[in-house]
Amino acid sequence: MKIDVKKIAKLANLPITDYEEEKLAEQLSQTLDYVNKLEEIDTKGVEPTSQVTGLENVTRDDEITNSLSQEEALKNAKSKRDGFFVVKAIFDNE
Amino acid sequence: MNYTPVIGLEVHVELKTKSKMFCGCSADYFGKEPNTHTCPVCLGLPGALPVPNKKAIEWCVMIGLALNCTTPLFSKFDRKNYFYPDLPKGYQISQYDQPLCINGFITLSNGKKIRIRRVHMEEDTGKLTHVGNESLIDFNRSGVPLVEIVTEPDFESSIEVVEYLKKLQQIVRFLGVSNADMEKGDMRLEPNISLKMTNELPKYKVEVKNINSFRFVGKAIEYEIKRQTEILDRGDMPEQETRGWNDEKNITVSQRSKEEAHDYRYFPEPDLPPIRFTEDQISDIRNRIPELPDEKLARFQKEYQLNKSQAVILTETKEIADYFEKTVKPGKVDPIQIANYIINKKIDINKVSSEEVIAQVAGKTSGIIADEGELGKLVKEAIDENPKAVADFKSGKENALQVLIGAVMKKTAGKADAEKARKILTKLLKRGLFPAFKVR
Amino acid sequence: MNNLYELTIKKARDGLKNKSFSSAELIKSCLDRIKAVEPKIHAFVTVCDEAINYAKDENLPLRGIPISIKDNFCTVGLRTTASSNVLKDFIPPYDATVVAKLKAAGAVIIGKTNLDAWAHGSSTETSDFGTTRNPWNIEHLPGGSSGGAAASVAADEIIAAIGSETAGSIRQPADWCGVVGLKPTYGRVSRYGVVAMASSLDSPGPITKTVEDAAIILQILAGKDSLDATTLPNSPQDYLKDLDKKITGLKIGVPDEYFDGVTEQVRARVEDALKLLEKLGAKIIKIKLFKPEYAIAVYTILQRAEVSSNLARYDGIRYGSTRENFGEEAKRRIMLGTYALSAGYWDQYYNKAQKVRTVIVEDFIRAFKEVDIIIAPTNPTTALPLGASKDNPMFGEMADALVEPSSIAGLPGINVPCGFSKEGLPVGFQVIGPQLAETLILNVAHQYQINTDWRKEKPKL
Repeated sequence: MKIDVKKIAKLANLPITDYEEEKLAEQLSQTLDYVNKLEEIDTKGVEPTSQVTGLENVTRDDEITNSLSQEEALKNAKSKRDGFFVVKAIFDNE
Repeated sequence: MNYTPVIGLEVHVELKTKSKMFCGCSADYFGKEPNTHTCPVCLGLPGALPVPNKKAIEWCVMIGLALNCTTPLFSKFDRKNYFYPDLPKGYQISQYDQPLCINGFITLSNGKKIRIRRVHMEEDTGKLTHVGNESLIDFNRSGVPLVEIVTEPDFESSIEVVEYLKKLQQIVRFLGVSNADMEKGDMRLEPNISLKMTNELPKYKVEVKNINSFRFVGKAIEYEIKRQTEILDRGDMPEQETRGWNDEKNITVSQRSKEEAHDYRYFPEPDLPPIRFTEDQISDIRNRIPELPDEKLARFQKEYQLNKSQAVILTETKEIADYFEKTVKPGKVDPIQIANYIINKKIDINKVSSEEVIAQVAGKTSGIIADEGELGKLVKEAIDENPKAVADFKSGKENALQVLIGAVMKKTAGKADAEKARKILTKLLKRGLFPAFKVR
Repeated sequence: MNNLYELTIKKARDGLKNKSFSSAELIKSCLDRIKAVEPKIHAFVTVCDEAINYAKDENLPLRGIPISIKDNFCTVGLRTTASSNVLKDFIPPYDATVVAKLKAAGAVIIGKTNLDAWAHGSSTETSDFGTTRNPWNIEHLPGGSSGGAAASVAADEIIAAIGSETAGSIRQPADWCGVVGLKPTYGRVSRYGVVAMASSLDSPGPITKTVEDAAIILQILAGKDSLDATTLPNSPQDYLKDLDKKITGLKIGVPDEYFDGVTEQVRARVEDALKLLEKLGAKIIKIKLFKPEYAIAVYTILQRAEVSSNLARYDGIRYGSTRENFGEEAKRRIMLGTYALSAGYWDQYYNKAQKVRTVIVEDFIRAFKEVDIIIAPTNPTTALPLGASKDNPMFGEMADALVEPSSIAGLPGINVPCGFSKEGLPVGFQVIGPQLAETLILNVAHQYQINTDWRKEKPKL
């Protein structure tokens, strides 16, 4: 199985070296070979399960609870100023 | 050559719930100190988990119902995965294949129906501010409930788009679920525009972002139609891309091409059990929908015999409609006269009480006192007799004016022209704020 | 007893009540033990050896009892790393619900235990802060990901430990270290504040010296949490009340499929255990279950898909360091998960795995119509030597083969030590029950334990 490791790494926002790229390509296809075993199981008409609790409609009332202080919120940040988190310029092309 | 514009719209409306979508932080973030409305959940700290706001879900359904949508009984949340510094978890909790509401419409004044594909619930991101070569991030907005309303590509002109947007804004305001204030970012819109010659849908689509007023959405669409027409006339195909509106230059600018597009890798949010409504719950939400603008418009015309343009003005906001009805209710004066008075005198409903309007309109029919000399005399008397109200006004309490107008009305058994009396009062009192008056 | 650190919760509680010793003495005993054996074992990432406060209320169930917490549970003001360099300086501003509940019960947290980085693995070899050693033979692995937790209990550095399991991370290291490990039903214990691995599977639970202690801790942790929407609303049962119940007539299902590829020594010990349970009145019934290898494939996809999304928040902006600092294993998992969710592959991998998950859930439901509980080896082998996980992208899955199916189905399971291999390494078996059958599996495990003496064996350190 051929995997475009560079493309996946970009999607995953993971910086990887050329060496890692090669190694990952090999290991990922090894793992995929294993999981292809699932093809052996007939799942026609079977609904997917994403949660096993059977719970539904778990919500909270619209009430305000305590927030962190600005100091607590920023405490673990490496780059901060005037109450803001700071990153290198990102041009808002979202 | 002649092309037909094909325009679709995505609108985001921020709900005015007290707390955020998935945590108990206050959702009232506008103008607050940065990063003071956050918690482990909306800051995306390790281990924090979302719990959905029941009211936000109900309001989203309410919006859908008001937009004539079908509301499937089963719905769920999904993760939309992408990276951006304002998105703390690296995914946005949104809805993918099973939104809360589907298949609605808004009818425009020309009778055309704009189909609404879906109305779904999601969470807002933080806010980025660019300063030099840095970006500052404030997460106060992160996790505020957002409702996304997506239309089919049914618009053919910017005029239709603007009308749709105004109607949508009016509806969510009537519902009382959002301030839908464009300037504050409570309402955000992204049109996608393309042009077609035949009956087939175009093979490209240009999305325009960063539009923050109804005026600009019209301009941006006009600009795009012109730009794309030129490209097509050259025999080329416009590029599929996202463009940003630049309101200084009045143009759209390419932001990134759609090819390297997003693969959002949606999957069902494992932290949130799905939602299942009963028919009763849905009809309960439906019953909580107040009278909407279109219904009110029709009723005002029928019940009060107003003409359409009067009814349109008096149903523009829920506040003015309520004011009108409150004034009509005592049954003392003719609704049409009240309507004319409110409209012609451009009555400020926050300053003039409905009793005053009734008195005015009633007075009008039996000799109103509008003579400036006579009124001036009465106003001066009122000023002399109410030193406290005068002092209050001078210390900045605008409401004190009301007391003085009331005094004038009393003297004339409600027959003074309140608007004129107000003008004279203001003139005299403002003059009093200058030193010349103080000498006395 | 001379060594307070060897006590169980039950015995420590009795001793404190009788004033045979004080909490301060008990805590000091554990801290001294940690000082003495940590150089060999390396079970802890952080030890809190400064002045320790604990609640004054003597009626609290864990008052003054030292507990270790796996380092993927947020502890307010106390560094929480998930054993990854990405979080090596992270000081949470909040407590995980489990931690808050333990503190409210009077427990004293004296350290954070090592794990495979991000709980990815079954060896602790992927920890960025060094491998934990198996107290029974320090040339062997303790298992993982809660390897530090299991080793801290086995080496008597602590009275009891808290771990977390996604698929095997409590039971497997408990097995390799010869202690009790309980993975509760998914949703029975809150995940709030536990660094998320695979959100639809993560289950916090106790690792203890005895089954009774596991029940005592579950009693404190179980219940709905308003901060975790996936916790079950059912009120917790009294997990201690049935411990002494006889197991006469109990139907124990034994699936052949779970003995495939199991070493001779493990098989022999587990069969001995089954014989004893039969002698205690249980009925052994052969049952058929889905082959575990399919569960491995399902787990591999689903877990990596959820991991790829759960680790997206680590961008170094609000806390922690940048994404370059992820270790090899985390990168591998993020990559595979991203791939399995990406356009064009979603249906083939992610959606298919979710469907087979349904088949596995139904397989257990069918089995539990025939039998009350299921017993199988916890692990195909005893603890493997150091280095066994290196460069094996599926090491964890293979080591956890026999616990993955029940994890995927969200079922409760408990590891109970049942002897030793010739080499002196512990062997255990697991008791798996239907959803929310914690009381029953604790009962069976306890009945086995009080009728055997394995728990009295201690590693020589």
